[in-house]
Amino acid sequence: MQQDWINALFGGGIIGISVSLMLLLNGRVTGISGIVNGILSPLKGDTAWRVLFVAGLFFGGLILKVLRPTTFDGVLATDTWTLISAGLLVGFGTVMGSGCTSGHGVCGISRLSLRSLAATIIFIVAGIAAVCFFKKIGILI
Amino acid sequence: MKNSLVALSVGFLFAIGLGLSGMTEPQKVVGFLDLFGSWDPSLIFVMIGAILVHFLVFKFTKKLNKPLLDTKWHLPTKKEITPALVIGSTLFGIGWGLGGYCPGPALTSLASFEIRPLIFVVSMIAGMYLFRLFDKKFKLQK
Repeated sequence: MQQDWINALFGGGIIGISVSLMLLLNGRVTGISGIVNGILSPLKGDTAWRVLFVAGLFFGGLILKVLRPTTFDGVLATDTWTLISAGLLVGFGTVMGSGCTSGHGVCGISRLSLRSLAATIIFIVAGIAAVCFFKKIGILI
Repeated sequence: MKNSLVALSVGFLFAIGLGLSGMTEPQKVVGFLDLFGSWDPSLIFVMIGAILVHFLVFKFTKKLNKPLLDTKWHLPTKKEITPALVIGSTLFGIGWGLGGYCPGPALTSLASFEIRPLIFVVSMIAGMYLFRLFDKKFKLQK
């Protein structure tokens, strides 16, 4: 348990360093949903960096898969339709709400944006309510 | 060119941070949101760690006229808490609890070559397109 907290703090610190590099060097917010959404409606000269960012995430994932194989454990046992619904909600909701855990939760809060603080509180509370509800009706175990 | 290499490196480092912190394990994410069950609070430290670092760097960058490798800042300027922000964040939160993935960890988990992250990411992109269709009709102020 204590090890989990240390890993979380350490991993969080690395996330903080990475989004700080993006800000300091490129002057941008590292909001994953926004970066992906920008690829879907490509603007000239504003697409390559987005694709490379996602490629970077994938390469990071590959290194983790090789060096730390437990990284992708803990998969949920829900059925495929539940997973599809979750994906649809996350895609729709993050574009409608202009951000996700990274853009609002990390970057926005660090910039003391009230809008991002509100979004973060809302999605965490909605997540808590959803887990409570879906456990009660037996969709989540 | 330089900016693209920065983006690639930032993506790489970000994924490593996500993996080490536990964010790529859906059961752990659901455990974090399971406040009224067997709550696992450890993931709150991911946000604390990331915000501590980024808050300090952001304060420093406010002293700069422009970023080191670009001609201007590209930061969000909106301040209003709009209905779209509230409803969108609610829908996202529900999906996050239901699937245990937010966008970054889902994309990183594609590298596991398992089918579930792939199904999630394809659905997430479909959801982004669905919002476009919806927005074309209702023209929301995001």
